[in-house]
Amino acid sequence: MSKPKLATCSLAGCFGCHMSLLDIDERILELVELFDLDRSPLDDKKAFDSPVEVGFVEGGCANEHNVRVLHDFRKHCKVLIAVGACAINGGVPALRNPIGLRECLETTYAGGTPDADHFVPYDADLPLLLDRVYPAHEVVRIDYFLPGCPPSADAIWEGLKELLAGRTPGLPYQLLKYD
Amino acid sequence: MIGENVAAADRTRLMDMIIAAQSRLGYLSDETLSAIASEVGIAYVDVVDTASFYAFFSRAPQGRCQIRFSKTPVSLVKGAADVVRAFEKALATPLGTTSPDGITLNWTSDIGMADQEPACLINGTVFANLEPADAAGIVDEVRTMIANDALPGFPGYGNAAAFSSAKAGCASNVVLAGEVLFAPMTPGSGLRAALAMTPEEVIDEVRRSGLRGRGGAGFPTGMKWGLTRRANGEARYIICNADEGEPGTFKDRVLLVEAPGLVFEGLTIAGYALGAKIGLIYLRAEYAYLFGDLQRVLGERRRLGLLGERTGGREGFDFDIRIQLGAGAYICGEESALIESLEGKRGAPRDRPPYPTDRGYLGQPTSVNNVETLACVPRIIERGANWFSKIGTAESKGTKLMCLSGDCAKPGVYEVPFGITLNELLDLAGGADAEAVQVSGAAGECVAPKDFGRSLCYEDLSTAGSTMVFGPERDVLEIVLQFAEFFADESCGWCVPCRIGTVLLKENLEKTRHGLASREDLARLERLAGTVRKMSRCGLGQTAPNPILSTLRNFPHIYESKLIGGDDVRIDLQAALRDARALRTVSALKQDGA
Ligand SMILES: Cc1cc2nc3c(=O)[nH]c(=O)nc-3n(C[C@H](O)[C@H](O)[C@H](O)COP(=O)(O)O)c2cc1C
Ligand code: SF4
Ligand code: SF4
Repeated sequence: MSKPKLATCSLAGCFGCHMSLLDIDERILELVELFDLDRSPLDDKKAFDSPVEVGFVEGGCANEHNVRVLHDFRKHCKVLIAVGACAINGGVPALRNPIGLRECLETTYAGGTPDADHFVPYDADLPLLLDRVYPAHEVVRIDYFLPGCPPSADAIWEGLKELLAGRTPGLPYQLLKYD
Repeated sequence: MIGENVAAADRTRLMDMIIAAQSRLGYLSDETLSAIASEVGIAYVDVVDTASFYAFFSRAPQGRCQIRFSKTPVSLVKGAADVVRAFEKALATPLGTTSPDGITLNWTSDIGMADQEPACLINGTVFANLEPADAAGIVDEVRTMIANDALPGFPGYGNAAAFSSAKAGCASNVVLAGEVLFAPMTPGSGLRAALAMTPEEVIDEVRRSGLRGRGGAGFPTGMKWGLTRRANGEARYIICNADEGEPGTFKDRVLLVEAPGLVFEGLTIAGYALGAKIGLIYLRAEYAYLFGDLQRVLGERRRLGLLGERTGGREGFDFDIRIQLGAGAYICGEESALIESLEGKRGAPRDRPPYPTDRGYLGQPTSVNNVETLACVPRIIERGANWFSKIGTAESKGTKLMCLSGDCAKPGVYEVPFGITLNELLDLAGGADAEAVQVSGAAGECVAPKDFGRSLCYEDLSTAGSTMVFGPERDVLEIVLQFAEFFADESCGWCVPCRIGTVLLKENLEKTRHGLASREDLARLERLAGTVRKMSRCGLGQTAPNPILSTLRNFPHIYESKLIGGDDVRIDLQAALRDARALRTVSALKQDGA
């Protein structure tokens, strides 16, 4: 029987949650025994070609591209887990939400008043930004939430192990306590 | 102790002082409010507390002229949005702002004109049956009045005669007069019959008649009066609830226009029965234009000896009536919030018990009764409990005023015996095509055709009278969304389930209506509705989810048809990208030009 598959993505996040995933040290060997890595920045696989058991989502959605990737994850993963503050609440990127997109960009690129020389940069290859940063569960259905910024390697390890075994993770308090 | 009572008595007129200041100065500055505070001898923050609560008070300068359009499912069906656009165009001023010549445009909640929508209030004067074509003329007239300083103040008492526009003023539209409320009356005949009895006998007669409250809850009136009379207190009060804020209701307005004497007489009889010296009428600000006429009728009754010293010629019965104006708050229809407002405070409901019958106005035993309830009383006393209790059904005696509005040929007031079926009522009003009827207002129930055979009475489909009819072309979710918005606006904010819950309900409905909700969202909507209903502190929050729950029950297919699949994107991506697209177009032009 083939191993279950895990896919990961980093949307509007800082890759810190992925770093925390890698922080499981030597248990990474065990992880490789448990599942195959599918679409993920860790192996640079860019597209799904078959259904996947678990999708690990870091970051919320700040632009159109994030939405398309997340939707693709939803369509291909049986279970989606939102990992970290950014995926769950929007996190640091969502600090722009109360300001509004236009003010945010025009202040950053044009000192608040665009003119012939100072304007918001434009390139057809830049993904369009959303009006605000959305947490993952506002964009698609999310099955599990793993809080933290980032969640500890142990919490991620325990959570993934349980999910891959087809169980509902019930993490002990110590793993989710942050103060 | 005496000093305390005097201070309390002064404070009870705080609403009047604030209304006067608002009317004269156009808004309530910090200086104005602190002047009022030192006049009344209460803390500045207490005055701010009251002044900041009501929709018709403004803390910032506003236009000299306030135009408020009622925003309800019925007004929107009748084209209120087009009318507002026409006014925006005529004034070159968007809704929510003030034109350079001082005219402010705003939406407001239902103004009790559902049978004549679209309608608006212009500094207290009501305008009905508006069409987009009316905008230019009305705006011109208002401008001339501003220039000549001839405009009534605001909130103001209104004055339809001051305007030449044919749309100023409103009609009563009594389509069907019944045998109780709209039968001819002789002033004083009910009161004379009451004075021939002892107060206890009057209460007993009302109890035997089976009269129940017409304000919504249907509490037996005789029992309420008995409780109030027997409760311990230094004084007793009778209050007439003329706040009529329930969307789609306008019967109390019509009674106050067509039969004010009957209402006053009922209030006077109640005063006699309870042993009260003063009757208070809490009149919603939206009906301020009735104030002058009502004062005239009161004056007439004083001249006839039906009010004032030795009322009705009875030695020792010195009863009078005072009208208190509200200032735009639906929650003030709730009796304990109404009492708070009468005492000069913000209209936040009280914890119950104690009930007003024990500790109401100024902490004394108080009976709060609806306008229509009181209007039944002189008839009952004059013609007898037996006569009254023969009309209606086993548990719902007498006639009921039904307010028909929306998609029906003959909107207006119908006085019908309790127990009439919705079908019969729709036939009378020419609304046989109805696909949905909202019974008893926003707080009531949305009924589907399969239930049109049900009877309107306390034991089946209970109603305070509002009957909004919607034809096949109407969007039920849009109607429910309007009600959700209404409750989110009108929540007094005291308790979390209602303050937050009503907003979440509205947001969830918006999502559903835009076709972005999943099955789980729907389940969440229903759970949340249950929480708001069960956990809210007063009737507003407890009834706020009713339109949602009843449409989920009676129109499930409408919700079903809107659902998205479990794996679909749940935001409106194109809408979320609109800002970025606009910015990109500007940048692209600049970049290419450079
Ligand atoms: C939010 C809310 C609004 C109400 N609005 C009104 C109203 O406008 N008029 C009214 O008579 N009763 C209204 N009521 C009911 C009153 O609390 C009270 O029950 C009624 O005035 C009692 O009079 P009745 O026994 O004659 O019906 C409202 C209740 C709630 C909870
Ligand atoms: S949750 Fe923290 S670690 Fe994870 S992506 Fe966001 S900022 Fe980085
Ligand atoms: S239920 Fe709503 S209106 Fe009633 S007390 Fe609570 S917040 Fe105020």
